[in-house]
Amino acid sequence: MKKEVLVSDIAPTESCRHPDMTNLLRIINKHNAAGGGLIAILGEIQDEYGYLPEDVLRIVSDQSGRSLVDIYGVATFYRSFSLKPRGRHLVCACLGTACHVRGAPRIVDELERQLGIKAGETTADKEFTLETVNCLGACALGPVVVIDGRYFSKVRQSRVGQLLDEARNGFDSAEAAKDKRIFALNVNCPHCNCGVMDETFALDGLPSIKVNVSHGGKEGALWLSCLYGSYSVAAEFDIPANVIVPFCCPHCERELTSASTCSMCSAPMVHMLVQGGGTIQICSRRGCRNHMLDVA
Amino acid sequence: MITLRINGLDVTVEKGTTVLEAARFLGFPIPTLCHMEGLSPYGACRLCVVEIGQEPRTRLVSSCTYPAEEGLKVRTASARVLKARKMILELLLASCPQSKIIQDLASAHGIRTQRFKQEHEDCILCGLCVRMCEEQMMAKAIGFRNRGEKRSIGTPFDVKSDACRQCGGCIYVCPACQLRCTYAEPEKAICGGCANLSPPCVEKEPFDDMMCYMDPCVACEIDKKIDKR
Ligand code: SF4
Ligand code: SF4
Ligand code: FES
Ligand code: FES
Repeated sequence: MKKEVLVSDIAPTESCRHPDMTNLLRIINKHNAAGGGLIAILGEIQDEYGYLPEDVLRIVSDQSGRSLVDIYGVATFYRSFSLKPRGRHLVCACLGTACHVRGAPRIVDELERQLGIKAGETTADKEFTLETVNCLGACALGPVVVIDGRYFSKVRQSRVGQLLDEARNGFDSAEAAKDKRIFALNVNCPHCNCGVMDETFALDGLPSIKVNVSHGGKEGALWLSCLYGSYSVAAEFDIPANVIVPFCCPHCERELTSASTCSMCSAPMVHMLVQGGGTIQICSRRGCRNHMLDVA
Repeated sequence: MITLRINGLDVTVEKGTTVLEAARFLGFPIPTLCHMEGLSPYGACRLCVVEIGQEPRTRLVSSCTYPAEEGLKVRTASARVLKARKMILELLLASCPQSKIIQDLASAHGIRTQRFKQEHEDCILCGLCVRMCEEQMMAKAIGFRNRGEKRSIGTPFDVKSDACRQCGGCIYVCPACQLRCTYAEPEKAICGGCANLSPPCVEKEPFDDMMCYMDPCVACEIDKKIDKR
């Protein structure tokens, strides 16, 4: 079978035809209670879809009892909300006064040249979206460029290409090795106590954790990065965002689902034993990053 | 009850009254543009500036949004107020010279020439239409979108709004008179046949001796364009 590698933190960018109603209601009800929370709702929807689709905003208006005018006003007011689908990677260059005098226009020109798009546009392959902001509050470090939430200071024209390359390959892989807070875990099945590490399939350059999952009548293997703090995953078949998948041990085939539910999205948690003592729990909803590590 | 002193006269008003209302009660004229009875105060045009406080520590505030305070000293027509008001009007006139309402205000304040570049904006963002639609028509069909120089009025996603009942209220109150609510089907717009865009001199034979306070005036500019063709 062809192994398709999917990196978990890709926001879906296609226009959303059938918004997932239950999930939307969950998001709306979570923040709507206090009467406020519109920005929180929009923020979570944007995390989910990568942008704010029109039909979803209309649903938010119907369900939360707010007028569409107010929602649209807020969604267009803030630069961080986008009504257009964005690419996989978001490149945001500061064009504020301080960055401007330190040469930000040249950086933007260079970004535009290398990506072949203008600011505010997305590349045809949906890889990059280039945006500009007016001050990120880090003026002393200008010119500032933010790529996928990472800040780069005193960016020079000559560094632009390298930054884009790093973004393309994923910063996670580049930085995991350096970061002390990221460490490898070896885990066992809590039922049969067999190791579930797969030496033959590497993720982040290390043996991965292999489990069996099923979705939509298909069954197959799912590999998780063993690095604590890395969210890389690979699967034999495509699992859409937001679905909850049952995880099974590849040896005894028993379900790894634990009794507890995710504190963020209330999906069931999956638990495994950490070799050397302790447990790790991860959320079984695709795209949810909640996890709990309890090392003895 | 609150007592304040406006242009040297004491007036007692109820709590929550604005300085503008108090001044009008006494009969002091304060020009307004974005203020309208029945709509909540918004403070967008700043035309209603007054000077409050005691010399030498006075400041300019917009009277339509400033609540009356006990012992407040207000001057509605000090030199500082008049200067600021004139400047605001010149700027408003520059951004929207075709507006009859702004033209009238400008002429009433002795503005005879235009110092600034005319922008011919179709909206001065006074917010009257938005408040009209929300507070009187209970529709909330139009609102502000974007911010900064991209700020504009319109329906969400620029498509015809289901909430709009085509009452024409927004057009009625608009000093720039534009059809904000009918993006998709302008032909269905209800408009009261506004005189805004056709000053009388345009229809008549050009009078050389006609008294006109505007220089340059849009009407004349339209004329010139017609002449050229
Ligand atoms: S015409 Fe439509 S947009 Fe204008 S005030 Fe009436 S309901 Fe509101
Ligand atoms: S459309 Fe007219 S009423 Fe509405 S904000 Fe603009 S100028 Fe004011
Ligand atoms: S101007 Fe770029 S961070 Fe402030
Ligand atoms: S009338 Fe007070 S600010 Fe416009």
